[in-house]
Amino acid sequence: MSDTAPAAPLVRARGLRAAYRSQRGSDVVAVDDVSLELSGGQVLGIAGESGSGKSTLAAVLSLTARPPLSVLGGELTIDGEQLDLSGGRRPPRTWRGSVVSLLPQGAMNSLSATTRVGDLAVDVVRAHRGRVRRADALDLLTDRLDALDLPRRVVDSYPHQLSGGMRQRVVTVLSTLLDPKLLIADEPTSALDVSTQRALTELLRELLHRGLVGGIVFVTHDLPVLRAVADRIAIMYAGQLVEVGDTAGLIDDPRHPYTAALLASVLVPEPQIRTRRVGGIAGAPPDLAAPPTGCRFHPRCSLATDVCAEQSPPLLGTIGAGYSTCWWRAEHPDEPLEARL
Amino acid sequence: MSTEPTGRTTPADDGSASAAADAGDALVVGEHLTRVFGRGDAAVRAVDDVSFALRRGEITTVVGESGSGKSTLARMLLKLLPVTSGRLVFDGADVTDRTDTTAYWRQVQAVFQDPFSAFNQFFTVRRLLARSRRLLGAELTEARMVEALEQVGLAAGDVLGRYPHQLSGGQRQRVMIARALLMRPSLLIADEATSMLDASLRATILNVLTDLRDRAGLTILFITHDIGQACYVSDQVLVLSRGRLVESGPAERVIFDPRHDYTRKLLADVPRLHDTG
Repeated sequence: MSDTAPAAPLVRARGLRAAYRSQRGSDVVAVDDVSLELSGGQVLGIAGESGSGKSTLAAVLSLTARPPLSVLGGELTIDGEQLDLSGGRRPPRTWRGSVVSLLPQGAMNSLSATTRVGDLAVDVVRAHRGRVRRADALDLLTDRLDALDLPRRVVDSYPHQLSGGMRQRVVTVLSTLLDPKLLIADEPTSALDVSTQRALTELLRELLHRGLVGGIVFVTHDLPVLRAVADRIAIMYAGQLVEVGDTAGLIDDPRHPYTAALLASVLVPEPQIRTRRVGGIAGAPPDLAAPPTGCRFHPRCSLATDVCAEQSPPLLGTIGAGYSTCWWRAEHPDEPLEARL
Repeated sequence: MSTEPTGRTTPADDGSASAAADAGDALVVGEHLTRVFGRGDAAVRAVDDVSFALRRGEITTVVGESGSGKSTLARMLLKLLPVTSGRLVFDGADVTDRTDTTAYWRQVQAVFQDPFSAFNQFFTVRRLLARSRRLLGAELTEARMVEALEQVGLAAGDVLGRYPHQLSGGQRQRVMIARALLMRPSLLIADEATSMLDASLRATILNVLTDLRDRAGLTILFITHDIGQACYVSDQVLVLSRGRLVESGPAERVIFDPRHDYTRKLLADVPRLHDTG
């Protein structure tokens, strides 16, 4: 596999594998040979159903994997610095927060209820930069709030004095205080209503625009949100990426049947959804302890043939530029999927 | 099959917040419903002078953001929360101060947001459903359980013996709907019943609701913050903002031709999949 991207990407991941150790001693491989790239200044969206392994991938990329999850292998290069993830090696502590940072799922509830936001910022800065004067750390926070048009009053606020959306934005500011090269946002908008959702995606875009973060990986099951925030989208199914492409291309002309099925189940307030019955995707994602042979989507795919059940699908395209992994697509390179579902 | 409210008559759409509480074919009528929490300076009007009518055999959706009062409204309708002022009429009778909730709950049932926390994890589906015996007594038969499960598209043989962790999220929510249907209610309240499900499963649960409306004539109050879902299932839409009903009317009119600024803003903030004109 060769990379066609002209300049070296900001993030380059190869062959990431991670598994949950179950009590019976068998491994559930939730991320299985995932390779991806992210250019500086861009947002890569990762979408899939519950159980597709997308949050596990977020944990691997953000170096926050904890037992029972263990990283089995893979290579992660961020801004030229390479990290070998095989053999259970622990990532260097200096990477967390300043090279990669995680905006966790349910972030709005991750603030300590008895700590003012300012005190938390002081803790964050000191944990990474050693002896820093309190005033300097608070200055860093207020400068950041000013730059992002957020009110200064949050510095002296306790979490309960802030709205859910504001708490979410505060956590975002705190998790990017050290200018990480890569921010991993794991379902940051799922608990928010549309207006706060929009404010958060605008904030993330602003952070990128100002160079306060190098690049963002945005994990969600909500494709319309990715349409608004992502430059590129990767679709994950049963621990693997099945399609990667630029946002508009992937949404307007999906290459993989799973992508097309996900898109078809989206409910947006547009006139056509009142006149057709949306079926959703039949069946459920497979048990990752025993994934299906061949293409993992074949039991739910209306286009599957014998070969899909027997052999792993080919990778059509390149990791750098975009690809899909599908036997049907290999035979029908130009046929739109929309008509087939 | 289409989900469109084909040929259904849609009475007076004045597009205003005063939604003429037309009692004609209404199963539920709320008149100036208000609920205040706290008192004095700290009083919060969670639901403020809201009037509406839920017509029989229709899906009415309440949309609004977090804190708009939509769940408070649902809880008043369920008689889980007393009404501060205003009047609630159910099937022609004033039930504002009715206290015999056991009989009322035979008529009005609900499903909530989290289908996992609503289960006792140590109970099988059969045992969960059997708890309805407290309301139904001897009326609860095996056949009735099977029928309720069939109505939500589940095969009794597949699910009755299972524990919650052996079911998918979508199946769990279907079981919760089946539990509600055991009562053969005339009103089903679905409070954010799809919010915790994957986008790929939401449509399947919403299809259960539209099928219940179309086949069994069930009246449904659906509560959501997602206008996309409201657009898919609703006959009528009520838009709540800070406890006040700011707009109401037939779904098509409210969603594609909103008149109130708040509704317009809410719609503008919804992320779309495709560019629209």
